[in-house]
Amino acid sequence: MNSVQLFDIIFYVLAATVLASASIVVFSRNIVYAAFSLLFTLFGVAGLYVLLNADFLAITQLMVYVGGILVLILFGVMLTNKVVSVDIKTGTLQVVPAAILVVLTAGILCSIILATHWLGAGTTDFLVVKTTAPKIGEALITTHMLLFEVASVVLLVAIIGAAMIARREKTQ
Amino acid sequence: MDQFLQSIFGDSILTQLLLGVLPLVFVLVYALVTLYSEMKIAAHIQDRLAYMRTGWHGVLQPFADMLKLLQKEDIIPTAADKLLFILAPYVVFIGTYAAFAVLPFSSAYAGSSLDLGLFYIIAVSAVVVVGILMAGWASNNKWSLFGAIRSASQIISYEIPAALAVLAVVMITGTMNMNEITKFQAGGIQNWLIFGGPLPLGHKLFLLPVMIVLALIYYVCSMAEVNRTPFDIPEAESELVQGYNTEYTGMKFAIFYLAEYANLFVVSAIAVVLFFGGWSSPFGSFMSGPIWDLFWFTFKGMLLVFVNVWLRWTLPRLRVDQLMYVSWKVLVPFALVCVVLVGAIMVL
Repeated sequence: MNSVQLFDIIFYVLAATVLASASIVVFSRNIVYAAFSLLFTLFGVAGLYVLLNADFLAITQLMVYVGGILVLILFGVMLTNKVVSVDIKTGTLQVVPAAILVVLTAGILCSIILATHWLGAGTTDFLVVKTTAPKIGEALITTHMLLFEVASVVLLVAIIGAAMIARREKTQ
Repeated sequence: MDQFLQSIFGDSILTQLLLGVLPLVFVLVYALVTLYSEMKIAAHIQDRLAYMRTGWHGVLQPFADMLKLLQKEDIIPTAADKLLFILAPYVVFIGTYAAFAVLPFSSAYAGSSLDLGLFYIIAVSAVVVVGILMAGWASNNKWSLFGAIRSASQIISYEIPAALAVLAVVMITGTMNMNEITKFQAGGIQNWLIFGGPLPLGHKLFLLPVMIVLALIYYVCSMAEVNRTPFDIPEAESELVQGYNTEYTGMKFAIFYLAEYANLFVVSAIAVVLFFGGWSSPFGSFMSGPIWDLFWFTFKGMLLVFVNVWLRWTLPRLRVDQLMYVSWKVLVPFALVCVVLVGAIMVL
């Protein structure tokens, strides 16, 4: 079994996992199942990143989405009273604006994908490309310095806001 | 190790599978040893004897326990969510076992010498949180749910100071590859990062107190992350019966326990790699080599596991508010100050 075949097998297994679990997220009538199957979707996407030599992005995906956002969603779902008995409507609303948005997003994504010069594109040998972390780090504090700082300020504002909301009011 | 297995089985997928399964063998043996020694240490701390009847000083007891758990009836509560109930123990174990992929057991064996090893270990531990929440919710039991929520909030809170401590070490070594961090500290006990690493004497003197504080912060956080006393609020027996795994029996319960013990070793091993020289020998080149490296790594790891067991049977449990206080108002500020100090010392 050569590495190209192996690459294809792994890719299709991951893609099937992502698609299957993502369709559960969208179509399941049980909100808890939807939340938990996100775990497999996010994991599968992280696997695809690894397959595309984007090691830093893959681990960040796990860290941010599984460790942060998914746990937050689960907390939200679990602390909501009578989760299972709530009847979630899964109808389609606003078809035309949704379709326009979807097409626009897909168009933007495709144009970015085509315009980007990919590091290590086309190689199926996992060992050729070394870690991408130093390059990402350098780019973040040189070319994208402003965006990096803006993001950190936004996060700081969010933290302060969260602390303000969570703070217990002093009782008179 | 890779070459050795390749010479036997050839360059096939079997070689890779065997390389991946090796830590599992370690986990199983280690769990039996720790199960036995934890009970024995606990008993001696409390002036008891523990197992004395099964074999010499009860050494066969873990095997008996294992056989008992294998035979036990596997009960799934009727009110439980069957699918998630069955899935949860495996998700927890997968999250724990995934961390073993990057642990450098010896200079000759590390599952994967990943360049982002430390980052990876911190990230995959998040999967455990999801598994615990899954177990707690699927059990349809108030104790389980409370245990799961407490456990998740605790692990998330203590990940922050732990990650800051890790960050400080990465700032010194300049790499997140666990093998490279170990090699950085080679050459004897004086080069371990807890003693300031192999830096010029001036740097070392300034780093020494900072590193000791960082090691302490990391160790406290690691205790919280494995849900053990004084941070065993998620399974506080007197309040919550057993926490998120209350409803589990038989092999599923055993898998949770296996995962907990495996996680205990993972966090100890990370501490060993970060502060205590990893697999490198404390005597420089004396007693080093692949087999000795394995011995040193396991020995240091087990020593930290022992300290954890020792503390478990010595300290009382924290309250929930004290838990959050320790994390957010004590550990995080100290860790931040340490990170800034390490940065300043490294720039000088």
